[in-house]
Amino acid sequence: MTERKEVWITGIGLLSSLGEGLDAHWDALNAKRINVDEERFAPYIVHPLAPVSFDTQIPKKGDQRQMEAWQRIGTYAAGLALDSAGIKGNQEILSRTDMVIAAGGGERDATVDMAILNADAQGNSSPGFLNERLMNDLRPTLFLAQLSNLLAGNIAIVHGVCGTSRTFMGEEAASIDAARIALARIEAGQSDIALVGAAHNGERPDLLTLYEFGDFNLTDKFLPVWARENGSGFALGSAGAFLVMESREHAEARGAKPYAKLTKVVADLAQRKQPGAVTKSLEAMWPQLGVVTDNGNLITGATGAEPVTSEERAFLRQHPGFAVRATGTIFGHTLETQFPLGLALAALSISRGTLFPPNDPTGFEVEKSEPPTQIVVMGAGHWQGEGMALVEAAK
Amino acid sequence: MTAPRDKHGRPIVVVTGMGIVTSLGAGKTDNWRKLTAGESGIRTVTRFPIDGLKSTMAGAIDFVTVEPFSSTSLSERLAEMATEEALAQSGIGSKGNFPGPLFLAVAPVETEWPQRLEVGRAIGKREFDYSDMLRVSGGGKYAAFHHRFMFGSVANHLAGTFGTKGSPISLSTACASGATSIQLGVEAIRRGEADAALCVATDGSVNPEAMVRFSLLSALSTQNDPPQAASKPFSKNRDGFVMAEGAGALVLESYQAAMARGAPILGVVTGCGELTDSFHRTRSSPDGKPVIGCMRKTLDDAGMTPDRIDHINAHGTATPENDKMEYLGTAAVFGDRVRQIPVSSNKSMVGHTISAAGAVEAIFSLLTLEHQRIPPTINYEIPDPAIPFDVVGNKARDARVTAVMSNSFGFGGQNASLILTREPA
Repeated sequence: MTERKEVWITGIGLLSSLGEGLDAHWDALNAKRINVDEERFAPYIVHPLAPVSFDTQIPKKGDQRQMEAWQRIGTYAAGLALDSAGIKGNQEILSRTDMVIAAGGGERDATVDMAILNADAQGNSSPGFLNERLMNDLRPTLFLAQLSNLLAGNIAIVHGVCGTSRTFMGEEAASIDAARIALARIEAGQSDIALVGAAHNGERPDLLTLYEFGDFNLTDKFLPVWARENGSGFALGSAGAFLVMESREHAEARGAKPYAKLTKVVADLAQRKQPGAVTKSLEAMWPQLGVVTDNGNLITGATGAEPVTSEERAFLRQHPGFAVRATGTIFGHTLETQFPLGLALAALSISRGTLFPPNDPTGFEVEKSEPPTQIVVMGAGHWQGEGMALVEAAK
Repeated sequence: MTAPRDKHGRPIVVVTGMGIVTSLGAGKTDNWRKLTAGESGIRTVTRFPIDGLKSTMAGAIDFVTVEPFSSTSLSERLAEMATEEALAQSGIGSKGNFPGPLFLAVAPVETEWPQRLEVGRAIGKREFDYSDMLRVSGGGKYAAFHHRFMFGSVANHLAGTFGTKGSPISLSTACASGATSIQLGVEAIRRGEADAALCVATDGSVNPEAMVRFSLLSALSTQNDPPQAASKPFSKNRDGFVMAEGAGALVLESYQAAMARGAPILGVVTGCGELTDSFHRTRSSPDGKPVIGCMRKTLDDAGMTPDRIDHINAHGTATPENDKMEYLGTAAVFGDRVRQIPVSSNKSMVGHTISAAGAVEAIFSLLTLEHQRIPPTINYEIPDPAIPFDVVGNKARDARVTAVMSNSFGFGGQNASLILTREPA
C-alpha cells in the first residue's frame, strides 16, 4: 500500500447556541458565554439555537420547508464549512466532494403525536384508529425531514455536493466514526476531499422523553459538566458542526490553507459490563494517537451523565498536565455533533494560536497560554462508544 | 509469494459467507428455491389492522417472533439470523470472536407506537401534554425503551454477540444502504485496515407509521389484490413499490486471508461505486447522469468494460418514474446491449427490503453466479414499450454468468452499485 497521505482541515462551519460562524464562536468562547434555557422545558435544560437567518445558506424557502430544524441546522453549517474552505459554488470540486455525516433524525410532529395519545386515552380504540390519524394528520414531506440520510440529501440538493455519500447513525459513536472513516479514506487515497459533520436539534420534547427513559436529563439548575455529582445528567444542545477535510496535495494544488492537520482518529466500543471499562478503553486508545507531550490540550465532549463522566475524569486524572475543555458545559450535549464540534474547536484554536479559556468554577479546567501545536479531542457516549483524535498544527 | 491484487493494485475482496432472511423464508436454500420458482413473499398485512390504509400488502416476515415486539427488535433478530448463517458458512474466527469490523445497514431507529402508547396510558389522564409524558418517563420504569431506541442499539448488540472488532458502524443511505455496508467493508479491506469485515443489512420495519410514510409520498403500489401481483417492475401498469422486510449478511475477506485459511470462496466483490444525485429528495435526475455516473464508476473500479457484464440485478422498485430512469441510465452505459443483457428485479418477489435491499440483492447475485441461473422478474404481463429490457419475464433462466452488476438507487439521491464475479477479474 502506498504511503498514507496527510489530511488537512481546510474548512469549518459552526452554528450553535453561541451563534454562527468562526468569529462569533471565538468571541463567545473567549467571553465565556453560555446560552442555556431553564424555562422553556422546565425542569429540563437546553442550549437553544442562537437566532439565525437560514436564508443565507438555504436560499430557497421551498428547500427550508422540506426540512425540520435538525436538517436546517446541518445544511446551514455545511454551507458555512464550504464557504470557509473556499469551495462553495465550485461545481467541479463539489461534484466529487465526498460526504460522511453523522445523523440522528426522526423529529416528531408533536401535535399529531399528542392528539393521537390523547384520543387513545379517551377510549378511541377502533382497529384503524392509528392508521387513519397518521394518514390524515401527517404532512407527507415530514418523512423526508425525519430520514437520517436526508441531511446528506439536502446538502447535496442545496449545496451541490455530489461525490459519495455515507450517513452514520449511532449517537456519539457515529460522530467519532464519521471522522475516522473520512480520514482513513483520504489517507488511503480513496477520497481527495470530504465534507464531514453533523447537526443536532436539542429542543425536542420527544428526545427529552427518550433520555428521560434512561434518567439522563439534567434538571432544575444548569451546572457545568464537572460540577454535576449531586445531580448527574446532560442538557441537550442544538448545534451543527461541519469540516472540510482534504489531502494536503489536493489542498495545495488549489491553494487552500489548512486550519490544522487531522492526524489520527481511533474509536472503540467497550462492553460496559464492569466499572472502569470506559477508563480502560480510553487508556488503550491514548498511545495510538501520537501525543508527544505530558502538558497538552484536550477538548472533551464529556456529557455529565453517569457513570461515564466519572470514568472519563478517572482517565483525565492520569494526564494531569493537560488543559481540559468540556464542550458539554458550553454547548450542551449535542450527540452526533459532539465530535465534529470538538474537532472544529481544536482546529480553530490551533489556527488562532491559543486554546480557548476554561469555563469551569471547579478548577478542573486550567488556563493554558502556550500556542497549541497538538490538541486531543475525546468523546465517550453517554451509553456506548468512545473515541479520540489528534489535531495538530500543519507544518 | 506476493498477495494477488486487483487491476488497481489493491487487495482482492472475496465473499466467504452469506446469510439471508426474506418473506420467502430463512436461509439461502429456501430463498433460492422460491426465488427461482418465481414465488412471491408478498401478503396482505396481518400484523396490525389495515383499515384506512391505501396499500395493504407487504413482504412482512411473520415467521420470526420477538418479545416484546418492536420493529427494531425484529430488525435485530433478522440480522442475527442472517449473520449466524453467514458465519457458519464462512467458518471464520470462532464463536463470539469475529476478526474484523461490523458495518450494519439499518433503518433509522426511533421510539415506536406501541411503546409511545404504553407511556401515554401510564399518565392516567384523559387530557395531557408533553410535560405529562416527561413526568412519567423517568425513574427507570422505561429504561429498556432508552436502550432499545438508541440508533446504535442493533449494531451494539450484534457487535457484542458476534465479537466484532472496534467501533461498529450503523449506516443509512436509504435504499442503497445494503450496498453501502458492503462498500465500507470492501474499502476497509482494500486499505489494509482489516483482513475481514462483517457486512450486514436489515430491515424489519413493516409497521403502521412506516407504511403510512411511504404511502403519503405516493411511493407504494395500491394494487392490493392479489398482493403477490402488486410488485410489477418494468411493467406498463406498475404503480409503486411494495414494502418488505429482510436481512442479508456477508463475510468479506481479503483473497489472501481467505486462501490462507482454506475458506470457501463464494464470489468476489470486484467493483463498487457510488454517486450522489442532487436533483430531488425522492426522484432521480431526469438526465440520468448520477445513475449513469454511478454505474460507470463501478465499472472503472472493477477494471471492466460494460461488455463484461452478463446480468444486471436491477434496483427495479416498480415505481413509474424510477424504473424508467433506470432503463435510460442503463441504456446510456450499455448502449445496444441494453436490450440483450438479462435485467431482473428481485423486488418483484421479495418486495423492497429498503435498508436490506442492497445486501439481499447482492446475495441473490452471488447465488446467480453459483447456480448459473437468473431469477425472473415476475408479474410481467404487460411490458412497457418505453422499457425494452430483457427482464427475464416470469420464468428463471439458465445462463452462463460470470459478472453481475447489482444496482441500488436510493431515496434522497444516494446511488450505489456493485459488480460481483465468481473469480477475480
